[in-house]
Amino acid sequence: MNDEVIIKIEGLKKHFPMGSGRFTALNGIDLSFGRGEFAGLIGPSGSGKTTLLNIIGTLDVPSEGKAIILGESVGDLSAGASASMRKSQLGFIFQSYNLFQVYTVFENVEFPLLLQNIDASKRKKMVLDALEWVGLTDKIKSKPAQLSGGESQRVAIARSMVKRPSIVLADEPTANLDAANSHNVLQTMEKLNRELHTTFIFATHDDKVIGYVRRKIFLFDGKVAKDEKIEQN
Amino acid sequence: MIRFLFKGLLRDRHRSLLPFIVTATGVMLTVVFHSWITGVIGNSIEFNARFAAGHVKIMTRAYSENAAQTPNDLAILGTDTLLNVISAQFPEMDFVERIYFAGLIDVPDHTGETRAQGPSMGMGIDMLSGNQAEIERLNIPSSLKSGSLPGKRREVLISNAFAEKLGLESGDTLTLVGSTMYGELALYNFTLCGTIEFGTTALDRGTVIADIKDVREALNMDDATGEILGFSRTGYYDHEEASLIANRFNKSYASERDEFSLIMKSLAEQNNMGFLVEYSGTLQGILVFVFIMAMSLILWNAGLLGGLRRYGEFGMRLAIGEGKGHVYKTMLLESLIIGILGSMAGIIAGMGISFYLQRYGIDLGSMMKNASIMMPQVFRARITATTWYIGFIPGVFSALFGTMLAGIGIYKRQTAQLFKELEA
Repeated sequence: MNDEVIIKIEGLKKHFPMGSGRFTALNGIDLSFGRGEFAGLIGPSGSGKTTLLNIIGTLDVPSEGKAIILGESVGDLSAGASASMRKSQLGFIFQSYNLFQVYTVFENVEFPLLLQNIDASKRKKMVLDALEWVGLTDKIKSKPAQLSGGESQRVAIARSMVKRPSIVLADEPTANLDAANSHNVLQTMEKLNRELHTTFIFATHDDKVIGYVRRKIFLFDGKVAKDEKIEQN
Repeated sequence: MIRFLFKGLLRDRHRSLLPFIVTATGVMLTVVFHSWITGVIGNSIEFNARFAAGHVKIMTRAYSENAAQTPNDLAILGTDTLLNVISAQFPEMDFVERIYFAGLIDVPDHTGETRAQGPSMGMGIDMLSGNQAEIERLNIPSSLKSGSLPGKRREVLISNAFAEKLGLESGDTLTLVGSTMYGELALYNFTLCGTIEFGTTALDRGTVIADIKDVREALNMDDATGEILGFSRTGYYDHEEASLIANRFNKSYASERDEFSLIMKSLAEQNNMGFLVEYSGTLQGILVFVFIMAMSLILWNAGLLGGLRRYGEFGMRLAIGEGKGHVYKTMLLESLIIGILGSMAGIIAGMGISFYLQRYGIDLGSMMKNASIMMPQVFRARITATTWYIGFIPGVFSALFGTMLAGIGIYKRQTAQLFKELEA
C-alpha cells in the first residue's frame, strides 16, 4: 500500500424513507482508503456496511456529507459519469456471484471489456490473463451452471478484475462458499491485491474474511465503532 | 456487443422463444383476421355486384328512379351500338346486358290447364353466345342442383325450391306470364332444363334464369335491355375507379332534362350499398385496430414480464458500468430483433392460412339458409397488399412498446434498488 488516498469519506450520512419517518443507515462516517488496501467493513446485519459499499461503488448517493472516490464526489456525479467510473475503475463481487447464466465463463469475463469497446484480440488476451489469475483457463467454455460455487466466485473475481480496476468492492464474497473454497477465493484476491495493487474493500461478518484483511473497520448502527490496521511483516 | 446480445437471445429461451412465439402467434392472427375481414366484406360486396348491382350500372334516368320495380318500359334502347361504344370508351370495364323482370310462372298440365302457378323474379343473361363470363360470374355451374345448363333457345333454369313448389321436373314446360316493354301481356313458353340453388333465400325463392335473347323475345325488347352492368377487369370493386368512370360516363350521357338519357351508377350508389362500401374500410380499420390493440396489450405484457424477470441482470450490468441508457437501448434492440423475426414467422404462417382460406373458403351455407339479404354461401379470405405488412404493426411496435414501458422501470428505480433486487 502507498500513501495515495483514493477514497475519502467525510461526515457521510445516508437516510432511507421509512413510513412517515426515515431510517438512518449511515450516521456520520469519516474514513479514507489508500491505494492497495485490503480492508473489511465488519458488522452485523443493518450496521450499514452494504450501504457504505454501494456509495463507494457509486450505486447510491450520500444524503449528507461527502464521498470522494478517485477524486470525484459521488453526490455530484451524473448517472453517466458514475457509470463511466464503474466501467473503468470499480469492480464488484457478490455473495451470489451474479454471473450471466446464458454466457460462458469466457463471455462473462469478457463483458466489462465489451463495454469499453476494446478490440477483439486485446480483449481475448485480457480475458485469458484474468482467468489465469484465478486458475480457470480450462473452464472458458463452461456455463455457470456447470461450475462449483468456488469456481463461480473465481469467475466473478476474474470479471471484476479483467478491466484492472482501482477498487474492488466485495459484498459477503464467501457467504455461499465452504471453508476450503472461501480460503481459495480469499487467497486469490489477496494475491491480486499484492500483485496489481488493487484496493479491495469487503463487507463481511465472516471470520474467514476477517482473518485475511489488513484493515478492520467495525461498523455499528451506521457509525464506525473501531478502525484497526494490522501491521504486516 | 450486438453479437453478444444475439448470443444471449438465442441461448435464453425465456428471453427469446416465448416472446417469439407470442409475437408470431399475434402476427399470424392479425394477418388471418385482416384477410378474413377483407374477404368477408369484399365477398358480400362482390356477391351483390355479380347478382344485382355490377361494379357500375347503366340505366335510363327514369328506370334508375324506379329500379326496384325493374320497369322495363323504361329500358335502354339501341344496346348493340351502345355496348360497342362504351366498351371502346371504358376498356377497363367488361359490360354485359341484363334484363330483370317479374312475372307469373304458370305450369300447365297435359290438357293445357294450369296445374300450378307462382310469382317469380327473372333474370335474362347471356348464356348461349358461347361467352361463359356471365354464367361463371353468377356461379351457375356449381349452383346447378339438377338437370343441365341451357343449351338451346327457350330453355330455362329455375330455383330448386321454386321447382319443387310447382312440381316441375327437367323437360317440363312452363309459361312466363308477364308484361312486355310496351305494356302488353307477355306469354312465353320455356322448357325447364335444370334447377339451381344459390343458398340464399333471396335468390332461391322464385328465381328464373333464361338466356337474354329469349327474354327479349318474351318481353318484346328487341335491341333493348333493362340494365347494362359493368365489371372491373381487376375482378374487385374499387370505389374510386367506379366513381371516376361513372362521372366520366355521366358527363357524356346524362341529362337532367331527358328521362331516357343514360345514367351510370357505381355500386355504392345502389341498393343502400353505399353504407357497406363506405363503412367497409372504416369497419375493417376499427376491427383491425381493436385486434391490434389487444395483441399489443398481450405483447406489452410479455415484454413487461420479460423486463421484470431481468431486473437482476440489469442491476449487475449497471454495476459493471453499463449506462442505464445503454441497457435500455439493448432491451429495445433485443425486442426489435424478436419483433422482426417473430413478425416474419407470423406473416409466413398467417399468409399460409390466408391463402388456404382465399382458395377454399369456409362454407357458411347452413347459417345463411334463412338470410333474406344476398350473401354468398362460401366466404373466402382476401389477401391484399396491406395483408403483407399489417402484421408488422402489432409484431414489431407492440413488442417494442411493451419493452419501452417495461424499461422505464430501470429509470424509475435507483441503481441501488435494482441492485437489491439483484441480490434478492
